[in-house]
Amino acid sequence: MRWLLLKDLQIMRRSPLVTGLLVAYPIVIAVLIGFALSRGPEPPRVAFLNEVPPDTPLEVGGESLDLAGAKSELCDRIECVPVSSEEEARQKVESGDVLGALILPADLVDKLQSLAGLTPESPTVKVLVNEEDPVKAGLVDDRINSLLAEANLRISQEVSNVSTSYLQILLNGGDFSFLGQGIQVLGLKRSEQILRGIRGQLPADSPDLDELDSVIRFSHLAAENLGAAGDLLSSVSQPIKIDKEVVSGDTPSLDTFAIAVAATITLMFVTVLLVAGSLALEREENAFARLTRGLVSKSALLGEKVLLGVVVAVVVTLLMLAGLGLFVDLDWGRFALWIPAIILQAALTFGLGLIIAPLVVFFRDLERAVKLILRLLFYASPIIYGLTDLKKLHLEFWGAFNPLTGIIGMYRSAFFPQDLNWFAVAVSAGMTALIVVAGVLVFRRTIRTVLKEI
Amino acid sequence: MDAPSTASPTQNADEAIEATGLTKRFGDRLALREVGFAATAGELLAVIGPNGAGKTTLLSLLAGIRTPDAGTIHLPRGEVGFVPQQAALYRRLTVAENLRLFARLEEVDDVEASVERMLVQTDLADRRDDQAGTLSGGNQQRINIAIGLLSDPAVLLLDEPSTGLDPRQRSRLWEFVLGLAGRGTTVIFSTHNIAEAERYAERILVLADGQGLFDGSIEAFHAAAPTAAGEAAAGDFESAFVRFLAEHGH
Repeated sequence: MRWLLLKDLQIMRRSPLVTGLLVAYPIVIAVLIGFALSRGPEPPRVAFLNEVPPDTPLEVGGESLDLAGAKSELCDRIECVPVSSEEEARQKVESGDVLGALILPADLVDKLQSLAGLTPESPTVKVLVNEEDPVKAGLVDDRINSLLAEANLRISQEVSNVSTSYLQILLNGGDFSFLGQGIQVLGLKRSEQILRGIRGQLPADSPDLDELDSVIRFSHLAAENLGAAGDLLSSVSQPIKIDKEVVSGDTPSLDTFAIAVAATITLMFVTVLLVAGSLALEREENAFARLTRGLVSKSALLGEKVLLGVVVAVVVTLLMLAGLGLFVDLDWGRFALWIPAIILQAALTFGLGLIIAPLVVFFRDLERAVKLILRLLFYASPIIYGLTDLKKLHLEFWGAFNPLTGIIGMYRSAFFPQDLNWFAVAVSAGMTALIVVAGVLVFRRTIRTVLKEI
Repeated sequence: MDAPSTASPTQNADEAIEATGLTKRFGDRLALREVGFAATAGELLAVIGPNGAGKTTLLSLLAGIRTPDAGTIHLPRGEVGFVPQQAALYRRLTVAENLRLFARLEEVDDVEASVERMLVQTDLADRRDDQAGTLSGGNQQRINIAIGLLSDPAVLLLDEPSTGLDPRQRSRLWEFVLGLAGRGTTVIFSTHNIAEAERYAERILVLADGQGLFDGSIEAFHAAAPTAAGEAAAGDFESAFVRFLAEHGH
């Protein structure tokens, strides 16, 4: 088998088309996916729920703030998906339809307005984030935090202005309205001036002088310190709080999804291409009869072709992943399960090959039918979706009986850990063993007639 | 006198191969019916017959590609080398690499020595590093035969070896094959080319519908075949062959 394997590799090396394809394929896929993944981020889709009653005016310290304008500004930076309830928002986050949700509670405006009053309350907005995709979740966090920081800055400026005006009244005196009644405030500076005037009129030995001096000192110190309080108030910058909740979900990021699909399809494409191509070569070169005339057993010959396909496919896939590694970070430690996956896949392909190959000789049209069936099975196999996706359709149990499910799950687990289902792996292993046994039996029973036919 | 339908094996110390009562069935069709023959060392035996006579089936049984339903094959002096009808070699490998690959698969003792020997025998030593696909059909067929000779077999089976070759290539091929027979290799070849069988074979085995109709020399065949009016007994061999088959209902 070793010499046949070396021979096939040598022939591959001298076949410009095959070699070119095997070299170009991982490069093209890596570059295409790499560029696709590294392009500028699109606005994240975020569910938006505004529970504030419509047309509620927002005034802080007599200044009117534009709530509709704030929403418009928000939706310019993210793709707002309007929802009608928190439950709907949560469902969309869990399903991966949106990357996060921003919920403005009904009492938001009241609490915002209270900031400029005498009994301030802390307004809070709710944010739901799906952190299954940390990159996108981070992006949503950043966008929402940035928007809230801007809102907080504007609100805090208004609150600060109002507070400063109150302080100015206390400091310098003026008119103040409270519960609809106008109140005239004397002011600390004016109080000090009045007190100094009174002190000048008192005799030098007056017993009230000491107490009056104490009041004057207080007025002076209070005026100086309140004068600096305006700067302190302007530093209060985060009136709106964020109540963040992480919602678990199973939706992968575009990056991992694309890499998983590319890796799986590459493995299958190259394996099938090489196994079929190298077997066709033996037939084209009329070498099959010569080889199987005692030089190599038929099973060993098929095994060698499968080994060739798997070895080259793994090399090509690793090259492609290394290329993708230039664009995105890959955790190579998560690829360990690929080894049993490759062994199981090789055994399954071997078994199916033993069943299908002899039948193709008897029924020529079967070759086309197999291509068609394989295409259908491709969509029926959890390659571009996970077994967990079938859970929603209540097909998870039956889906495990597709022998590729457990195998593909092991491949996908490198990217999506939640896709590793040991029940499906056990079913795949069992079904693969059955298919190999059936394949050997079919092959043994038909090989004589097959050789006569070809 | 007609030849027996099944040739009787002769017991001879020089015998290289002996087949008796070979029968092979494919489904309902009987491809070979109790065919037997024997060939001695260095003998050139042609297996001839119309299409579907069972020539390739007989060679595949002798080569071990298929197993007979009945009958025995006795090889007292060693291995059988088989050369399929179309060159069974890898066109993207060089001449030497093809020989080396099959020598390794044949598990010959000294691979390089066997390769060198075959390169000399095929007179292709100067083209050892050329890819097989760049050789002419005749040279490819010589490599094809050389691969069959790597294990130094006592008997070489050639399935229609000259098909697709031009007259010059055929001539060089037969020169090579005659050289092998001269060195003691028993050569059994099937052919559609009756003239080729007449020219190169020492003995012919005539098959029709899986049945052995004749086993003997060319002269004996001429004697056995019915003579057309006005034609000498040793006349045109192809015409004699057609008449022989017609006389036997084929």
